[in-house]
Amino acid sequence: MTPDTAPRFAPGMKLREDKARGQWVVMGPERMFVPDETALEILRLVDGARSIAAIVDDLLTRYDAPRALVEGDVLALFADLRDRGVVTGG
Amino acid sequence: MIAAPLALLAELTHRCPLRCPYCSNPVTLAGPGAELDTETWARVFREAAALGCLQVHLSGGEPMARRDITALVAAASGAGLYTNLITAGVLLDEARLAALAAAGLDHVQLSVQDSEAASADRIGGLAGGHARKLAAARLVRAAGLPLTLNAVVHRQNLDRLPGLIELALALGAQRLEVAHVQYYGWALANRAALLPSRAQLEAATAAVEAARAALKGRLVIDYVVPDYHAQRPKPCMGGWGRRFLAVSPVGRVLPCHAAESLPGFDFPDVRLVSLRAAWEESEAFNRFRGTGWMRAPCQGCARAEVDWGGCRCQAFALAGDAAAADPACALSPHHALLAQAVAEAASAGGGFTYREPKRAPLPPAPGAPFFAAQMEG
Ligand code: SF4
Ligand code: SF4
Repeated sequence: MTPDTAPRFAPGMKLREDKARGQWVVMGPERMFVPDETALEILRLVDGARSIAAIVDDLLTRYDAPRALVEGDVLALFADLRDRGVVTGG
Repeated sequence: MIAAPLALLAELTHRCPLRCPYCSNPVTLAGPGAELDTETWARVFREAAALGCLQVHLSGGEPMARRDITALVAAASGAGLYTNLITAGVLLDEARLAALAAAGLDHVQLSVQDSEAASADRIGGLAGGHARKLAAARLVRAAGLPLTLNAVVHRQNLDRLPGLIELALALGAQRLEVAHVQYYGWALANRAALLPSRAQLEAATAAVEAARAALKGRLVIDYVVPDYHAQRPKPCMGGWGRRFLAVSPVGRVLPCHAAESLPGFDFPDVRLVSLRAAWEESEAFNRFRGTGWMRAPCQGCARAEVDWGGCRCQAFALAGDAAAADPACALSPHHALLAQAVAEAASAGGGFTYREPKRAPLPPAPGAPFFAAQMEG
């Protein structure tokens, strides 16, 4: 995962609303992840076309934080999600 | 308030071309004439989604044995459920798969019995079955559907776990589920032929750990250490009536697919009551819900809300009492039965009592030594 990577959901993984519990979940076979608020905001920007750098740009329009810090966090999140089979690197 | 379930296991039929000796279907199989019709299943799916289920597993038997499988997938997907087909693959062809994908199928979970054809066909009891499964896996990937390979492991195939991992990679699976046989029903009758040794288990666990590290990001491997070699039980189904519900081919609503092996229950009939009423109000779902029903050693145990006392079906099968602690727990007075079974299995043969309609196997008597009846082959 680099700033140029355009992550996409791995085959079988879907972000969907869980109305009964008032949350959003990433659904996969026999697996379910409940992203926290920040992770959800990032995952909503995942479309297979947007690069991580573009996702960071988007976040920076709403958060007042140094770019390097945000980018580091986002890269770490995607690396973790890739290791868990939730996203692939484009 | 009773928390909503996360997933529904829909056992669409007990029909299956295979005859696995560890099949999780009940020993008395339902005939095709008694199965729920398309409309009733569609209502069950809508009720499951409304109740809070996010996911449905379409299972069996072999779900592809249902002629209306495409309509059932469309109904489940239309209800907003993440739809997973659990199949043995031998009835899949390109046209049927394309129809399922178009109907909104999200994922296919394909079972294999071994990594080598001859052994796989012997275990599944269907000549040529393994080759058809490999073809099915390729069709699934060609249709763009995500694939999980499911391997049920036991003494007679566990040594080929590395081969199963390679097979999962070669077939383009994203996930490999390695499931140890759970010993009730058909599997209990075949236990002496199936229980792995401790040495086999240790080699398998090491193989999984090495593969997980080497294949990070390429293949997810799900693997749980089996009960017969454990000190504490697994939280069976995440706790009775907490996360899952199952509906049998004839419409019985069950806290787990094996629950019909328990005596003294009147499981709700989905033809007569709503899924919500079954989940929230039925005596069957409330009997072992939470921790109030527990006795020693579970009552007051620090793990009571971690493993929920383990598996009720295993407690009944081995201790003769569904409300006892799961004998997989070292604190259970029946725990020694497991080690005894492992020791007995070490010198037993490998012959199977295959799953057949109208031929229920003789289960070992609860609490008694188990093996006498199964020393064949
Ligand atoms: S375990 Fe084997 S016999 Fe039972 S349903 Fe699955 S494939 Fe069929
Ligand atoms: S005593 Fe009961 S609750 Fe405690 S670990 Fe054993 S099975 Fe679980």
